[in-house]
Amino acid sequence: MNMNPEERETVCKCGQETEEQKYERLDQVIEIYKSKPGSLIQILHMAQGIFGHIPSELQEYIAGKLNMPVAKVHGVVSFYTHFSMVPKGEHTIQVCMGTACFVRGGKEILETLTDELGIGVGETTPDGKFTLEVTRCIGACGLAPAVTIDNVVYQMMDSNKIKQVLKNGEFGA
Amino acid sequence: MIETKMVKTAADLDSIRENFLEETRRYQYRVLVCSGGGCVSAGCHAVKNALLQAIEDNHLEDKVLVSETGCIGTCNLGPVMVVMPEEVFYTKLTPADIPAIVESHFAGGAVKEDNTYYDTALKKRVTHLKDIEYFKNQIKIALRNCGNIDYGSIEEYIASDGYKAAAKALNSMTPAQVVDEVTKSGLRGRGGAGFPTGVKWNAGLQAVSDEKYIVCNADEGDPGAFMDRSLIEGDPHTVIEGILIGAYAIGAERGFAYIRAEYPLAIERFNAALEQARDFGLLGEDILGSGFDFDIEVRIGAGAFVCGEETALMASIEGERGEPKQKPPFPFQKGLFQKPTIINNVETFANIAPIILKGSGWYASFGTEKSKGTKVFALAGDINNTGLVEVPIGMKLSDIVYKIGGGLPGGKEFKAAQIGGPSGGCITKENLDTPVDYDSLMKLGAIMGSGGLIVMDEDKCMVDVAKFFMEFVQDESCGKCTPCRLGTKRMLAILQKITDGEGTMEDIDELETLARDVTSSALCGLGQTAPNPILSTLRNFRNEYEMHIADKRCPTGKCKALACYTIDKAACKKCGLCAKNCPVSAISGDKDTPYSIDESKCIKCGACFGKCPFKAISR
Repeated sequence: MNMNPEERETVCKCGQETEEQKYERLDQVIEIYKSKPGSLIQILHMAQGIFGHIPSELQEYIAGKLNMPVAKVHGVVSFYTHFSMVPKGEHTIQVCMGTACFVRGGKEILETLTDELGIGVGETTPDGKFTLEVTRCIGACGLAPAVTIDNVVYQMMDSNKIKQVLKNGEFGA
Repeated sequence: MIETKMVKTAADLDSIRENFLEETRRYQYRVLVCSGGGCVSAGCHAVKNALLQAIEDNHLEDKVLVSETGCIGTCNLGPVMVVMPEEVFYTKLTPADIPAIVESHFAGGAVKEDNTYYDTALKKRVTHLKDIEYFKNQIKIALRNCGNIDYGSIEEYIASDGYKAAAKALNSMTPAQVVDEVTKSGLRGRGGAGFPTGVKWNAGLQAVSDEKYIVCNADEGDPGAFMDRSLIEGDPHTVIEGILIGAYAIGAERGFAYIRAEYPLAIERFNAALEQARDFGLLGEDILGSGFDFDIEVRIGAGAFVCGEETALMASIEGERGEPKQKPPFPFQKGLFQKPTIINNVETFANIAPIILKGSGWYASFGTEKSKGTKVFALAGDINNTGLVEVPIGMKLSDIVYKIGGGLPGGKEFKAAQIGGPSGGCITKENLDTPVDYDSLMKLGAIMGSGGLIVMDEDKCMVDVAKFFMEFVQDESCGKCTPCRLGTKRMLAILQKITDGEGTMEDIDELETLARDVTSSALCGLGQTAPNPILSTLRNFRNEYEMHIADKRCPTGKCKALACYTIDKAACKKCGLCAKNCPVSAISGDKDTPYSIDESKCIKCGACFGKCPFKAISR
């Protein structure tokens, strides 16, 4: 995901970085934002970018650095659907459930995916490959129904097409 | 191309404009490749690369200039491109189409007609933009640059009279005069509620404080709307200029743009545009030599629909849970960080520069008596031409759906249009001739909303649609106030019961009572309008609710628990198409025996219903 210029540095480098290096990067981010009031959400965006998810230890760490109660950090993390406290699969599939996609059959696509992957919404496959999510309108209503896999939009889907996409196994840009 | 330079006067803007036009005049053709959200996912970058390659192969680099633009508006035809100056419109392109187009059009001077726009209603190709019905009936003010200029070039924005309105406002108008001009234009908030922008700005101007803020609400959460996204992605500077003029009018030195995390491309392009504006001195200190300082910071949302509500949005900018607060105090009294704050929607800001430049009288000449100007709609759902359109307020819904939208696919009947998203309502066939303006829609129990316009055909079950919206608001309810938190949950449970075939007539009464209670007692706009889809479908399609309850039947077959497919033996011509298309082999019969459906095997997918050429299957 593209964010502020300094945030581009925070894309997940999973597997290439030690925990220590990740915390180092997070510290740099916090240093930039610490003095700006109301930056908690922006820091969390970047923390999720670096670590992939925001588990309780990380919430405690951020709270400590910002000198605020852990409860406040947790309150924010749990309020916004964008933040995840559990690790996500290698690929995140999001089925758009905006009105246009709903009208054009988004529900059937979601059913196909839950059947094919054997998981429910918000769950990750046991092999850690896919996380299935529902998203509320990605603004691709002209291309409904739409599905995104790792932020790449697959347009005008139907049950067969999405099965084919899964079968091809090549995702992302 | 052109050296970056600080802009200090209107004359500096003119020289940038001249330089830019001089540069582009050297080329015989200019190709505008649409890079709106739709075309990006349809693969426009591969098309653009193929185009650059073909131009190089044909040694046409000095003759053809290729640029990326924002959304042209025809999202289901992507990737598309427009060849200037003659405005030839190529659609549904693939990289493989490109070499032949380049050879024919740019080397040979002949339009490659096979790849141009096909009008499904007229059943013929229409090559030039100016002749296409979809575009002919639109008037573009907010979208004036969208699809016409390179979104990434501040020079081109300036060449299209960009920042001229800011220069005029900052250097020759007092803040009160700016507010007055906006008030006289009759511009109303385009985010949904339609509050007069000038009145809001005046409150901001009058507020006394050491610090004030201006905020751009780009948390476009209405499912089925992509106007703001397209505006930011296609013409970010127009939004920046609008915010800048607004900041000057109310006396704010800092601004925020709150953009939802689901729009990474919009965030990227807006940030890039902010950088350019700073480089040119159009943001920062002493802007345009006026002594006015101002800058904008982007804040990224984190996936909460309620943050589109202004008090929740401000809480979110402050890094808090995005929960709404009781009003008053209104944001113009005590807003962001407890300071007076003015919040406007993206499209509202996009209208500001033209109003200042061309005058309030010009703007007010569009629209109706009480609703001035134009409105951008995101046309989607069961409609041929899905995409982004801008029309004068007061245009008949039928004109939007049929003249611009090209009608419904598959020759299906129009059933309803949902306008205003989950806070809005539906307009039925009987009211197709309603002028689309704030007041007429209100009378029908719908709202203008932010501009999502979803068309639904005869196959849509309105109880299911109401359930969809209720699922949405229930899921997005922040939980702060009880009426919304519990009311939406209860209403959803009742709708679920009805669509499962277990409803009773009393459920309808209970729905209505609950809906009224939630409307009158919820804390914020999201909660207060949450019951609207139920009230609206109940008002217009009560018989469908009753059918679900009394007859245990869903006339469209959408509610699977109620669907029951049967084949009329007398009408069956024994062609066997239904059996061939049944995914679970639930249909049997042969050329001597009429086909029949084994209900124990039937999964109610409806495949047979759509395939029967003799309409012998009922549901």
